[in-house]
Amino acid sequence: MDERPEEHSGLTALRDDAEGGEHLLSQLVSHLREHRTRLRQEWAERIQQAHLLTAMTPQEMAAETTSVYDNYVEVLETGSVEALQHYARDLSERIIPRGVETHEVVGIVLLLRDVLARSLFEKYQRDFALLNEVLDAYEPAANRIANTVAVSFVDERERVIRQQQDAIRELSTPVLPVRERLLILPIIGVLDSERARQLTEQLLTGIRKHRAKVVVIDITGSPDVDETVANHLVQTVDASRLMGASVIITGLSPKIAQTLVTIGVDLSKMNTIGDLQGGLEEAERLLGYTVTRKEGSTSS
Amino acid sequence: MNGGPALVSIMRQGSTLIASVHTALDDSQLVRFEHDLVDQIGEHRSRGVIIDVAALDVIDSFAALTLRRIAEMARLRGALTVVVGIQPEVAFTMVRLGMGTGDVPTALDLEEGLALLAAHAPRARSGTSTDTSNGYP
Repeated sequence: MDERPEEHSGLTALRDDAEGGEHLLSQLVSHLREHRTRLRQEWAERIQQAHLLTAMTPQEMAAETTSVYDNYVEVLETGSVEALQHYARDLSERIIPRGVETHEVVGIVLLLRDVLARSLFEKYQRDFALLNEVLDAYEPAANRIANTVAVSFVDERERVIRQQQDAIRELSTPVLPVRERLLILPIIGVLDSERARQLTEQLLTGIRKHRAKVVVIDITGSPDVDETVANHLVQTVDASRLMGASVIITGLSPKIAQTLVTIGVDLSKMNTIGDLQGGLEEAERLLGYTVTRKEGSTSS
Repeated sequence: MNGGPALVSIMRQGSTLIASVHTALDDSQLVRFEHDLVDQIGEHRSRGVIIDVAALDVIDSFAALTLRRIAEMARLRGALTVVVGIQPEVAFTMVRLGMGTGDVPTALDLEEGLALLAAHAPRARSGTSTDTSNGYP
């Protein structure tokens, strides 16, 4: 309340040379700087009321809201979103592992926009025409900020997801030669169509590279397959056959067996054996290997 | 039949015919290849046929059908056909488009194909494995 007189003088000054939106913006920025503590406090309360950012401690909240606020005002002042982009990416990097959701990030930025808009209303309510001009300058900038933060956050999330996918992919489908002309493909984890495609590629090139005659695909570590992947698996087996290798599939879980029969994938041409051990024995038989245990060897 | 040099060389190795496809064949060339090959099976009294398609990076449905037809004709004339050298990408494309080689046996390369024929030969005609002549009596 004690700010009123001073505000009035500022208002008339603003009115005199309210030609460019730029000047309005700088007035606006100094207003926001001046009432920083109060507005930030108000914003933090609104965030709490809306139950956003519950994953963060009050201290973290205070620190983050302060820096978001400062960045926000700075972008309003400079009109450059680059610094904000950088900050938003940084922030996202920090809070994504804490389980902060997209709607929360967008939510707090929108709240800040509203809090600041409200304070502008309060300040310029006596002069409707000026208020309009101020809002004309403020709104596009504010929306651009909201946009930037949301996009940066989503980008960062996608980057993290892509990184993880790459990591999974790299360790997902090893093609291991165990004996001359015998390959093993242990499959761990869920097979999606992308992984299945990759598996096929690696298997077929592996067959040519190692001149394999028999391949054992062990899917003990794979909890489930869907219809697409099951069909893809059958196609892989057929393609391997075209390259002169026969495929043995081992470790079909009861659930997968059930799925395959239910969705009616044609498995008549598939050579399946219960477990990896049985599969290896069958493969050795096909290749003409015999494995015998030496008498008197240490393990009993 | 058609003029021009053959795009497939058909070589005789003992009682086996080896047909090596050098380049992608169009439909009329495939028909000519089929004709030539089946002719020669009778001529040389071959017991085995190997078709090497390693040079092909595309096998379309007509080519796949021709391979199956050749195999069936060869069987009727007493020879076993093996298709060898199908490239990984080609193999998967063929399967995805639902055009496998049917019952025609396949092998990785020429060497494997010969081994496969050798494994079948004793059943087809006793003494083949020790018979080093060219297949004529």
